Amino acid sequence: MAPNKTSRRPGKPQTSKRNNLRRALSKWRLRLYVAGNTPNSIAAFANLKEICDVHLGGKYEIEVIDLLQRPQLAKGDQIVAVPTLVRELPHPVKKIIGDLSNRERVLVGLELKPAGMARVATG
Amino acid sequence: MTFEETPDEFEANIASLGHDLKAMERAGKISIDYVEVERRQIEEVGPFDLEGLFVRLDYAISQIKAKRVLLDTIEVLFSGFTDEGTIRSELRRLFRWLKNRGVTAVVTAESGVGRFVTRHGLEEYVADCVIVLDQRVTDQISTRRIRVLKYRGSAHGTNEYPFLIGERGLSVLPITSVGLTHGAPSERISSGVDGLDDMLGGRGFYRASSVLVSGNAGTGKSILAAMFANAACDRGERALCFAFEESPQQILRNMRSVGVDLAPHLAKKRLLIHSVRPTSTGLEAHLASMHQLVNDFAPDVVVVDPITNLISVGSQISVKAMLTRLIDFLKIRGITAVFTTLSMGNEFEQTSTEISSLMDSWLMLRNEQVGPNRERLLNVLKSRGMAHSSEILQFFISDSGIQINSEAMELAAVGQED
Repeated sequence: MAPNKTSRRPGKPQTSKRNNLRRALSKWRLRLYVAGNTPNSIAAFANLKEICDVHLGGKYEIEVIDLLQRPQLAKGDQIVAVPTLVRELPHPVKKIIGDLSNRERVLVGLELKPAGMARVATG
Repeated sequence: MTFEETPDEFEANIASLGHDLKAMERAGKISIDYVEVERRQIEEVGPFDLEGLFVRLDYAISQIKAKRVLLDTIEVLFSGFTDEGTIRSELRRLFRWLKNRGVTAVVTAESGVGRFVTRHGLEEYVADCVIVLDQRVTDQISTRRIRVLKYRGSAHGTNEYPFLIGERGLSVLPITSVGLTHGAPSERISSGVDGLDDMLGGRGFYRASSVLVSGNAGTGKSILAAMFANAACDRGERALCFAFEESPQQILRNMRSVGVDLAPHLAKKRLLIHSVRPTSTGLEAHLASMHQLVNDFAPDVVVVDPITNLISVGSQISVKAMLTRLIDFLKIRGITAVFTTLSMGNEFEQTSTEISSLMDSWLMLRNEQVGPNRERLLNVLKSRGMAHSSEILQFFISDSGIQINSEAMELAAVGQED
């Protein structure tokens, strides 16, 4: 409790953000929901793998769930669209849908980059 | 599959209509899947499809071997995703998929404005049947209406029909007035008044006929109607009374005072008195609830006392239309019905004529001043299909109900001529 409180003290946003990032990097659990080997799902997995390798080093784990084989899992994570990437850890849960082809927006979606920086990078 | 209500909310709502979804779920008859689409939680990066939805539907369908699928407010998807083009093409694919899957699907959507029936134009994907529901308020009374906009491969009715949401869900009023196809039994049943039966060819009303009893205030219409119901119960039949002026207790007390005790019939559940204020709902809603009660109680005779009070909630035309439907509905079920109507002063014959053309028999009650006394008079204005008396009879209300005074008959006739 105590260290958490100090890191969230107002007036030190920089430290807080860095701490968050560090905490986030310590443990990433990602789930990629696909439905069969469609071009979208193949692309999504390839794009995700690359982004993770570059930005998360080895500190991540990706579970690919093929809904055609395990349809009962779709309900739990409220999957409607595929491919859907679910960031299970760190909290909060985030969802990104699509083939993940736009790397900057994936990074923003995963909170590996603040929204403002993405605009600078793409623009 | 619900898109707006969680399973708990959905179950609670349906429970208020008398369906226990939890029990059905346990029995494996129904499967509820709440689809939560929250745009704020979802980032769209690149092309996607709605295969996840298909997978969930397919899984649920095969789990319980579903024959029917409900997609409640699927248009929520339009607000959940930014890529409207994908949603549209996926919905088209979904509806085709449902059809190929061999399930009957009901899809709900909010109504739209302009040329669209629904807000997102969902009807363009639904080829087979489109049903439009709405609710309108006229003179502070609202009526829900249903209309079949299109139904491919069927000769569907095109009118708007009122419907009710009652304790057991939605009930639509069948428009039974499409054809005059009901049978005409030749069986006769007693009017409950001995002398009156004599006037009606000696044997009373035809079964499944409709009888109008008109008269001024205090002429004994309600008593006549109640005696008719009482006689039916005495024969072991079932009678249903719609009372628009009096409460059941009041009717019991009043009838007891003239020697007709309805209480035993009520206790044996042969008699049901349904008292309701005419202004409590719209005319159509009255008709709908009357239909429902008739279906539930399965009476042999029905009394509506008085039908005039319904005019207070509708125009003359709509009251007549409603009565037509009610009469046809009762006839088809072989139910004999007595309607009372209050006539006002001199115009009474005219106001009653509107309704009387629908009726098989028409009895008129009057109070006439003869010498120093007021006398009660009754005559049969019409009675289809039987030789009925054209005399005006005097009657009195005693402690054993209405009694026709056949001896004073001529006297009354003389009094009328004056």
